[in-house]
Amino acid sequence: MTDLAEARLAEQSAQIGPPLWLLAEVTYRCPLHCVYCFNPVDFAKHENELTTDEWFKVLREARELGSVQCGFSGGEPMLRDDLELIVAEAHRLGYYTNLLTSGIGLNEKRIDALKEAGLDHIQLSFQDSTREMNDFLSSTRTFDLKRRVADLIKSRGYPMVMNCTIHRHNIDHIESILQLASDIDAEYVELANTQYYGWAQVNRDQLLPSREQLERAERITNEWREKHGNRMKLFFVVPDYYENRPKKCMNGWGNIFLTITPDGKALPCHTARMLPGLEFPDVRTSGIREIWYESEGFNRYRGTGWMKEPCSSCPEKEKDYGGCRCQAYMVANDPDAADPVCDKSPFHGRIVEAVERAQIAGNPMQVKPLIYRGPKESLQLDRPF
Amino acid sequence: MTVTTASVPKIGRHFRIQWEEAQQAYVLLYPEGMVKLNQSAGEILKRCSGETSVAGIVDDLEKTFNAQGLQQDVINFVELARQQKWVDVT
Ligand code: SF4
Ligand code: SF4
Repeated sequence: MTDLAEARLAEQSAQIGPPLWLLAEVTYRCPLHCVYCFNPVDFAKHENELTTDEWFKVLREARELGSVQCGFSGGEPMLRDDLELIVAEAHRLGYYTNLLTSGIGLNEKRIDALKEAGLDHIQLSFQDSTREMNDFLSSTRTFDLKRRVADLIKSRGYPMVMNCTIHRHNIDHIESILQLASDIDAEYVELANTQYYGWAQVNRDQLLPSREQLERAERITNEWREKHGNRMKLFFVVPDYYENRPKKCMNGWGNIFLTITPDGKALPCHTARMLPGLEFPDVRTSGIREIWYESEGFNRYRGTGWMKEPCSSCPEKEKDYGGCRCQAYMVANDPDAADPVCDKSPFHGRIVEAVERAQIAGNPMQVKPLIYRGPKESLQLDRPF
Repeated sequence: MTVTTASVPKIGRHFRIQWEEAQQAYVLLYPEGMVKLNQSAGEILKRCSGETSVAGIVDDLEKTFNAQGLQQDVINFVELARQQKWVDVT
């Protein structure tokens, strides 16, 4: 009996692949206040950051399991003054290292130190840190800073990969965004519509663009591609609210992604800590192997066994694994439900409603003030999303 | 430009090839992505050092694996790899 149980367990872990992708969220601190920030709304409660040595341990243990792509994000990862040490260790262990930064704090001295540490890649994201949404791209201060950082990144031989989060208030500036990308000589440009997690969920009704806005932006992006060819690779990501099938979130729960939060929680996805009734393991007290293969947090939504209707009998269940658990929780109030983006979900109407509201120009929901991400607001709101 | 036996392929600037024990395969790593290579792709790509021509690579492979007639396969694969920007060819 015990033998059989053990054999089953061995068989199961043989089927679970390694956590190929490790996302190290080294801090929740950030000098910016993006209204679409994907960090948890109550981030200010989780201040107890992992030490340099604790990060070394995470990197080592995950690498032993087969992690090979490593992203450093935050918050703003440059706020960790031991970032160079952590990157150097990751490089030594054989990771391909990616830095996801707003560029603030990335000066000549630090980029040289990062290069020296073996950093492989930098993704520069564009935010609107100004309170004047309409000044988004005309804000010369931001523009100059980004431009300097972009030049710095290029001059050190890195490819220029730019990311810009799109929403209702900047989507009509798509030409200027493309022009800016072209001016800084970007090789890859990701124009990703906001995903409604964290602060973006708080501000959702003010951020969701209308269908007309989306179509226009997509058309202009396509025209740009035709006119300028492949010199700049453009990716335009539509918000899933406009789809009727969910995304295959994280490529499957506990399938290839492992996120470690600044305070040491191990998560299958960087927003999963909001889910109720699920204890996620702590890297300070558990090893990565045990976390990945054995913890309740990682096993709960693996595969399709946990599903209920309409997913459990759905022919598409292997395709999207029922979509996003966080979205199911936020919109349908049930983390085990089908992602309500799916039109087979009984709660799909709630998505449709939000989309319909986004079509009305003067809707009062949309003129409500935006809530900027910040520690004070975080403590005031005191909720996970 | 097409790939010939005289072409010299070199792993692209932002790519890195390495053996991954956990996957028992060579993988090609690049910004925010990864391709798991099958055995022949791995064996060819790891020889794309920028110092050996396609002819040299074919030679080495045929010796190492005690095989013959690999030339066309190697040329086809290097051509594909060039289109994917995995290698630069001079
Ligand atoms: S989304 Fe904005 S506020 Fe949030 S971590 Fe990134 S840069 Fe900072
Ligand atoms: S019912 Fe569930 S499994 Fe089927 S398509 Fe919708 S979300 Fe995916």
